[in-house]
Amino acid sequence: MSLNRREFIGIGGAAVAGMALAPGLRLIDLAQARSPDETVTSLKRWGLLIDIDKCQDCNVCVTACHEENGVVGHGRPATDPQWIRKVTIKDKQTGYVQTLPLMCQHCESPPCVDVCPTGASFKRADGIVLVDKHICIGCRYCMMACPYKARSFVHEDTTDQKPHAPRGKGTVESCTLCVHRVDAGKIPACVEACTQDGNQAMVFGDLKDRNSDVSKNLASGLSVQLRPDLNLNTGVRYRGI
Amino acid sequence: MAAGLFAVTLAQAADVSGAKSKGIGPTVKIHRGEQCVEPTEDMRRNHMKYILHQRDKTMHQGIRTAKHSFKNCVDCHADPKTNSVQGQDGFCSSCHEYASVKIDCFSCHTDKRDKNAVAVAPFKGTAAKGAPP
Repeated sequence: MSLNRREFIGIGGAAVAGMALAPGLRLIDLAQARSPDETVTSLKRWGLLIDIDKCQDCNVCVTACHEENGVVGHGRPATDPQWIRKVTIKDKQTGYVQTLPLMCQHCESPPCVDVCPTGASFKRADGIVLVDKHICIGCRYCMMACPYKARSFVHEDTTDQKPHAPRGKGTVESCTLCVHRVDAGKIPACVEACTQDGNQAMVFGDLKDRNSDVSKNLASGLSVQLRPDLNLNTGVRYRGI
Repeated sequence: MAAGLFAVTLAQAADVSGAKSKGIGPTVKIHRGEQCVEPTEDMRRNHMKYILHQRDKTMHQGIRTAKHSFKNCVDCHADPKTNSVQGQDGFCSSCHEYASVKIDCFSCHTDKRDKNAVAVAPFKGTAAKGAPP
C-alpha cells in the first residue's frame, strides 16, 4: 500500500487531534476548577488586568480584600498591614490625577523570593507569590526587596483571623491573590467587589489560556507592567497609565 | 526522645472517652462524631505529623483535601458553646495543658470554627470504639 503526500498528512493530522496523552489528560484541557487533591501546575498562570481609566475614586477593592482576609489595623498607618492600597499618581506637567489599586504584582521572577533566607517567600507553580508563615522568621528582607512595597509586617498580636487566612505577629504578609478562593474556582475578593460594586476595572484569569477573559482583554489593547525596566514580568498589568 | 516521651505521656493521659476521666489524665470533651479521621490511638500519637504533612501540601501545592486539614480539625472539635478548641474545656488546650506542651498553631490560625463549614465524614475504619491506647 502506498500513500501519497496528501493522504499521509491527513492521517497524521487526525492522529494528533485525537491523541490523548494519558487517560483524562489532553493537550488542550477544558477550563474547569481543579479538584482539591490535585497539585497546582504551571499550565496556568493567574493574573490581573486593571484598567485605570475605569478605576475611579472608590475603595471597594481595598475594603473587600481586608474584609475577606481579616486584615485589621490599629489606627497606626505607619505600621498597619495593607495587602492592597489605592495609590494616586499625578502628572506634574498637566496636573492630571489618576488613582490605581496596588498590591503584590505576582512577578514571574520575584525579588522577594530571591532574597528570602529561609525559603518562606515562594512562588507557587501557578504563579501566585506567597509567604509560608510557618517558616518565615520575620527578617523583612522581602519587604526591602519588593519594588512595589507590597508586603507588610505584622507587628501586633492577631485575633479573630479568618480560617482560610491565618496571620500572626512576627511574619510578613501580602496579597495572596485570594489563593483560597482561586483554589475553589472563584475570583479574588477585590475583583468580585470591583465588578459588583465598583467600576468594573479589574479582570482576573489565566494568562496562559488564550481564551480567558484576561488574555483576550490583554490581547485587544495596550497594557503596561509597573517598573517594566526591572524585567520581573508581573502577573498584574495596568491599562491607561 | 522528648517527642517519644510526650507521645507516651499523651497516650496514657488521654485515655478518656467523652467527658469522663478515668482517674489520671485530662478531661477531653468530644462533641461531634464517633470516630476521628484516623483511629483514635493513631491520632493521639501522630496528629501533629498528619497536620504538618498536610500543611506543606496545602501551602505549596494547593492541595486542599479536608481529611487531614487543620481547618477540619477545628471545625469538628470546636466546643459548640464557645466555637473554639482553646479555652478551659477546649479540645486542644485541655490535653495540651495537662501534658504541658505549648501549641503554636493558634498564634496565626484561628481557634474558632468556620461557621459555614461542614466537617467531612469521619473515618470509617476498623478501629474499635473506646479501645485502650
